[in-house]
Amino acid sequence: MAVPSYAGPLERTWYYSFRLFCGAVFIFLIAPILVIVPLSFNAEPYFSFTEGMLTLQPEAFSLRWYEEFLTSDRWIDSIKNSVIVAFCATILSAILGTLAALGLNRSELPFKGAIMGLLISPMIVPLIIAAAGMFFFYSKMGISQSYLGLILAHTALGTPFVVITVTATLSNFDHTLIKAGASLGATPTYTFFKVTMPLIMTGVISGALFAMMTSFDEVIVAIFIAGVEQRTIPLQMWSGIREQISPTILAVATILITFSIIMLTTVEILRRRSDRIRGIS
Amino acid sequence: MSISVEATSDLSPEEQKRLKIDLHRSLRRNKIRALMLVAPLVVFIIVTFVAPIGNMLFRSVDNPLVHDFMPQTTIALESWDEKELPDEVIFAALAQDIIEGRKAKTIGKAAKRLNYEKSGMRSLIMGTARKYKKIEDPYKESLIKIKKGWGDIDNWKIIKRLGTSLTTSYYINAFDMETSPDGEVSFVDPKEQIYLKLFWRTIWMSMLITAMTVLLGYPVSHLLASLPTKTANILMILVLLPFWTSLLVRTTSWIAMLQSQGILNDLLVWFGVIADEARVQLIYNAIGTVVAMTHILLPFMILPLYSVMKTVPPSYLRAARSLGATPWTAFWQVYLPQTVPGISAGAILVFILSIGYYITPALVGGQSGQFIGNLIAYHMQGSLNWGLAAALGVMLLVLVLGIYAIYNRVIGSNQVKLG
Repeated sequence: MAVPSYAGPLERTWYYSFRLFCGAVFIFLIAPILVIVPLSFNAEPYFSFTEGMLTLQPEAFSLRWYEEFLTSDRWIDSIKNSVIVAFCATILSAILGTLAALGLNRSELPFKGAIMGLLISPMIVPLIIAAAGMFFFYSKMGISQSYLGLILAHTALGTPFVVITVTATLSNFDHTLIKAGASLGATPTYTFFKVTMPLIMTGVISGALFAMMTSFDEVIVAIFIAGVEQRTIPLQMWSGIREQISPTILAVATILITFSIIMLTTVEILRRRSDRIRGIS
Repeated sequence: MSISVEATSDLSPEEQKRLKIDLHRSLRRNKIRALMLVAPLVVFIIVTFVAPIGNMLFRSVDNPLVHDFMPQTTIALESWDEKELPDEVIFAALAQDIIEGRKAKTIGKAAKRLNYEKSGMRSLIMGTARKYKKIEDPYKESLIKIKKGWGDIDNWKIIKRLGTSLTTSYYINAFDMETSPDGEVSFVDPKEQIYLKLFWRTIWMSMLITAMTVLLGYPVSHLLASLPTKTANILMILVLLPFWTSLLVRTTSWIAMLQSQGILNDLLVWFGVIADEARVQLIYNAIGTVVAMTHILLPFMILPLYSVMKTVPPSYLRAARSLGATPWTAFWQVYLPQTVPGISAGAILVFILSIGYYITPALVGGQSGQFIGNLIAYHMQGSLNWGLAAALGVMLLVLVLGIYAIYNRVIGSNQVKLG
């Protein structure tokens, strides 16, 4: 989209101001991330750039907040908790979500609309409501303030992503492949693992990554049902921001941003691969 | 499902019948197989997600405290006609309840529940319980002597009204209404409204945030959709990266940007726009909430808009121009109408996500930037008025589901796409 050669001065002005506006929006989108990363190397316990940082003096920068993060028992515990909860919740939601998506893809399934609505409801209901409900119900069941409770809650929140991505992958799935497998004498289980699974695997993995990010980033439900023993990274950040705001949080944030870049790249590569396999692009 | 078996009419009627039965059986087996695949997740979601919310629904009308912890008074009051002060029998029941409740340490719960309805009830009951040694026969006389409040007929009416095991009182509270001692329900003075005001503010600010995302997202999506794929993909990273970044990280960075010693203020001072002493308060108020939430929700607007704009052929605009339309007419009459599905999908998505927000308003919203979710959390964890929290939660849920139903009717839920 370049300026057409016949464009008058008015149109040119409009074109460049449009570009300028879009550029400003892109800066708005990315600025918070660009700001956080350098600030996390601040040698002073402030949330703003010091004189030394702006003139690029080496002593104005330090890794002390990273050191503090890695030597603090509370942060290390929270990493451990987040990994445990996210891992279990991701596996559970990937299995349950994929099975459900396979069922939803069958034309024989009755009440499809209602079932789909129920399964994606955790994505629609505001988290504060879900968290309040879980707080009462899980303590009645005796699983609040336990890993089990938190894992079950995060699984429920993660499954809609798996259901949606796998259903999307399955919508372009060629069902004659299964019939071909059957006609060649393969059992349904064998066909599933040898034909269906490899083809929908990209959908399963990207859904699982979404579920994992949901669990990794989830704080509201954790506030309500996690005990002291189950403090996750977001929960630790939440109390850090509310109590004493120290640049350690910025160091954690930078690490999390790196983590999300890795995740984003993975999902993107998977999506391209899936498109290529299915011959879309 | 009906499948015609007419083609096999050379079969005998009996064989036809058997074929029909076989077909039916196989169809049913397939149906059951499909259901079996879906069943684990359906059961899981019902147990871990829907049941807790249903339980909360019940909690918003559940009212056990007075009923359970002042049992004798509740029963005795059933036959009371509310015309004059209760008689000695009822006072005796109350005395028993207070003495027994003090021993079992349960009277405080009933007193607290009554206090939600009228402040002063708690000190009336607890004050009496503290002087339990002075309670004696005749009870009516001695109780009124201990606390004058027992001579007030209105207090008795409140105990009677809250003695039922189900109540609408939390909803009455949540709608900023009050019940007079005679049982008449009316709105409180508009100046004292809390919840309705906050609901309106939540809706109003969500609409503002939605409008902001349309305003910022529309041009950017258009640019992305009209650039060559390679450039668009690179710029798309700038949209997706914040989308994938933790909500808390982004909220933290807005604190670093907007606070009075923060980057934006520093820049303004440096450029001489404002004086160092006159730094602008951009955070811990409604501005902070709107800016941070617009940033957080903007990708949810850009992504659906982009996917719709991608499907609009650029030749339409060129055709309009070549037929003599001004750029504005071409945009307004040709381009915009075709992108409306994207706008409505994005807008409803952003709006639904926005009205349920809690974390961001809590961290950057200060007093004036709080949402209804923050008040629910406050009643859950601060005031411990769980019934009221549940009632507010149910109201918010009804609102969200209502909007979602409209969304579903207009756009269809299978349009939900990620990334």
